[in-house]
Amino acid sequence: MQELVEVRWHGRGGQGAKTAAQFLAEAALDAGKFIQAFPEYGPERAGAPIRTYTRISEKPINLHCGVVNPGYVVVIDPTLLSPAIVEGLSDQGILVVNTNEPIEAVRKKTNFQKGKVGVVDATQISLDTLGRPMPNMPMLGALLKVVPLVKLEDLYKNIKAKFLKKIGEEKTNANIAGIKKAYEQVRVG
Amino acid sequence: MRKVVAMTGDQAAAEAMRQIEPDVVAAYPITPQTEIVMGFAQFVADGRVQTEMIPVESEHSAMSACVGAAASGARTMTATSANGLALMWEIVYIAASTRLPIVMPVVNRALSGPINIHCDHSDTMGARDSGWLQIYCENNQEVYENVIMAIRIAEHKDIRLPVMVCQDGFITSHAVEGIKLYDDKQVKEFIGAYQLEHSLLDIDKPVTYGPLDLQDFYFEHKRQQAEAIKNSLKAIPEIFAEFKKYFGSAYDFIDTYKLDDAELAIVALSSTAGTTKVVIDELRAQGKNVGLLRPRFFRPFPKEKIVRALSGLKAVAILDRSEAFSGQGGALFAEIRSALLDEPKRPLTVNYIYGLGGRDIDLQQIKSVYADLEKIVKAKKVKDLINYLGVR
Repeated sequence: MQELVEVRWHGRGGQGAKTAAQFLAEAALDAGKFIQAFPEYGPERAGAPIRTYTRISEKPINLHCGVVNPGYVVVIDPTLLSPAIVEGLSDQGILVVNTNEPIEAVRKKTNFQKGKVGVVDATQISLDTLGRPMPNMPMLGALLKVVPLVKLEDLYKNIKAKFLKKIGEEKTNANIAGIKKAYEQVRVG
Repeated sequence: MRKVVAMTGDQAAAEAMRQIEPDVVAAYPITPQTEIVMGFAQFVADGRVQTEMIPVESEHSAMSACVGAAASGARTMTATSANGLALMWEIVYIAASTRLPIVMPVVNRALSGPINIHCDHSDTMGARDSGWLQIYCENNQEVYENVIMAIRIAEHKDIRLPVMVCQDGFITSHAVEGIKLYDDKQVKEFIGAYQLEHSLLDIDKPVTYGPLDLQDFYFEHKRQQAEAIKNSLKAIPEIFAEFKKYFGSAYDFIDTYKLDDAELAIVALSSTAGTTKVVIDELRAQGKNVGLLRPRFFRPFPKEKIVRALSGLKAVAILDRSEAFSGQGGALFAEIRSALLDEPKRPLTVNYIYGLGGRDIDLQQIKSVYADLEKIVKAKKVKDLINYLGVR
């Protein structure tokens, strides 16, 4: 792993972009890494586009500014796709999108031509596993397939610690099943 | 034993408060402090602390309730931000002049208007003459540790002053970082029991709090307050030393980074200092002698330490996250520049106002300040004393 990894998450208020950024960070923390996870706060309302960030590092993180050049961009809501979504993402960066469309369609909408793109239908996966459209957890699985920032087991352990008491065993397992499915189904090109 | 857990700066402050378990907390929620009050109220509701929590109707009432509680001898805490601090203003001064050791995490936020919920230091910088001590935290770990240490500082017999523990709104208050937590027992042992010498409720030894204090004694009481602030410079290092003995973390009034052999330096408070450290590493790799001074305490103002650390440097940029409208720069600049005035080997100094209303301060902006300092050294003079960094 590089010394400092920065992930930018795009979602809409209520889709769990903040939770996804935080769970990734916490799993990395459990694995002995240094972490930050923070949202970009604008007006807080359901449905509004929001960005959240995860930083993972082998060394203590002193940075306290926004993420300008993320290594990875994860798009939780496909309606947010536009060239602006890959702002600051270099050709070495990777874009991971929740969509039922092919990779080429994502490239066309974002003008992201050279870097790697991963696609997975995370909304459908969450409908199948959880029974409602919550694509944030499956997108964690998709990202971890594209780049193994943390081990899936570490992520599961953290999710269980956080979710079991709050939402019960059945829903916790459904979330984990969604992550697993997206991990298996993501296509990269 | 220590454990590392993921927490926001607000959660870190609430966790410290849980371990401190004050007798009384009177607080009113305000963004971005809300999670502190929310988190602590949850601890109360869950029975994890025995604190008397007073959910007041305003910050003015919050500080008023704190004054009453503290005068009775209760270990007392609250927390606020920006306009909340502004609303308690009247009582903030009374808490300090009554010498009540109230500890208050303040999550720094721009003071309206225009209305804004994001970080700058206009709220606590406005309160710099109130007689409270002020600690500024770089990251969540420091928030946690400073809140614990602030109890001891506030209650120290030679100090007896209220303390604000400041952190940057959203930047640290809402960012999750890994922090080392200490055992409840160890924290309780470190802070110890609190016994106020003259309690308002001690009917055997009746005392008066808050009487009219006119031309006859007001001045003497203010003079004593100034003495207490001065004394705190001597007393606080004892607490640093004890904290290190208990928990291992070394604290001082100031934090420096690669400053010993530096020619150019930035002075900044709180989280911006962290970002500056990253720039320093990059510039050092290019062979540039750059460093950082971060005052942890603004009150007491650690003049001697600051002057010693900056003496002999060629040029220093002092960054203020608030506007003082004096035409003479921000509060940090004005005080440091003044402190350096009598120093024979004083560096050239320049002021930057930055980050108002949460405007992000990034690596490029900080690099540009070091580049400006190089130009100042070359020209041997400061062209523009007051600069605005990152403004359109």
